[in-house]
Amino acid sequence: MTAQSNETTAYTEPGIKGMVSDWVGDKQVFDMPWGKLMMWLFLLSDTFIFSVFLTGYMNVRLSATDSWPNTSEVFALTIFGSHLPLVLIAIMTFILITSSGTMAMAVNFAYSGNKRVTVILITLTAILGASFVGMQAFEWSKLIEEGVRPWENPFGAAQFGSAFFMITGFHGLHVTGGVIYLLVVARKVARGDYDKKGYAIVEIVGLYWHFVDLVWVFIFAFFYLW
Amino acid sequence: MSEEAGQQHPIGIYLKIWLLLFVLSAFSYMVDFFQLQGYLRWTLILVFMFLKAGLILAIFMHVAWERLSLQYVLFVPPIALVVLVTLMAIEGDYTFLTRLDFFDR
Repeated sequence: MTAQSNETTAYTEPGIKGMVSDWVGDKQVFDMPWGKLMMWLFLLSDTFIFSVFLTGYMNVRLSATDSWPNTSEVFALTIFGSHLPLVLIAIMTFILITSSGTMAMAVNFAYSGNKRVTVILITLTAILGASFVGMQAFEWSKLIEEGVRPWENPFGAAQFGSAFFMITGFHGLHVTGGVIYLLVVARKVARGDYDKKGYAIVEIVGLYWHFVDLVWVFIFAFFYLW
Repeated sequence: MSEEAGQQHPIGIYLKIWLLLFVLSAFSYMVDFFQLQGYLRWTLILVFMFLKAGLILAIFMHVAWERLSLQYVLFVPPIALVVLVTLMAIEGDYTFLTRLDFFDR
């Protein structure tokens, strides 16, 4: 918080030269609150976890000799008499994107000092996240009822079940954890815990939430659409 | 370093990106809805996926405005993942061919 602004310590020079001076200068390398840097490092490690799951899924799908279940049909629903392919997953995708939007707004309002709107937007994000988890629970129950297990399923290659439960389950856990995290931060913002410290925490929880949305983009593309 | 100098940008850009993400998601869903198949399907899925991921990372997560020091920390290590995916794709293909050879079918 000591704003030093002489030439060797300022974080103003762009590009490669700026990066070199960040690393060699007599200062901390990353120009951000430590919590934000720690969140970024956590998200980097989480990227590896999800990538390994998706790579495992790719591997078993490539090597399966039975035909892979047609996800378009497996996740189809009949709503008001019309048969819609993959519709629940599409709705879940839109909900998560909407929640990312409200989260981005929350960060914006937090930095401009509007506490009330920030709390409302974070809570709204948490509610959308919770509804996402609810739909996932519905989807899981539906598939389990239809006989999908990690070791077998009536639609095709047995590996489908293990990949599905593992990947969507781990993502669902992240969303659930995110909802709790959001609610905790919302309560603390409302209580005024950050009035003196500044609102970087909202940006940090936002990074986590956007990451969960980011992972869903990949799951949606590779698991559901491919 | 100051805590208050966090990422602050005009609200309009978030709204525009939000809208764009909605449109891109709708396009991804359309790929399945109209049952496009083969290389066209895979290409479109990947294009929409990378556009969405890029927008979320660059704008919502503010990576576009972060310093190069952080950008490199985020984007260099995942190169290892590209190697892993390549190796596992080769391996999966090999397992598939081996199974065709040895399974009683």
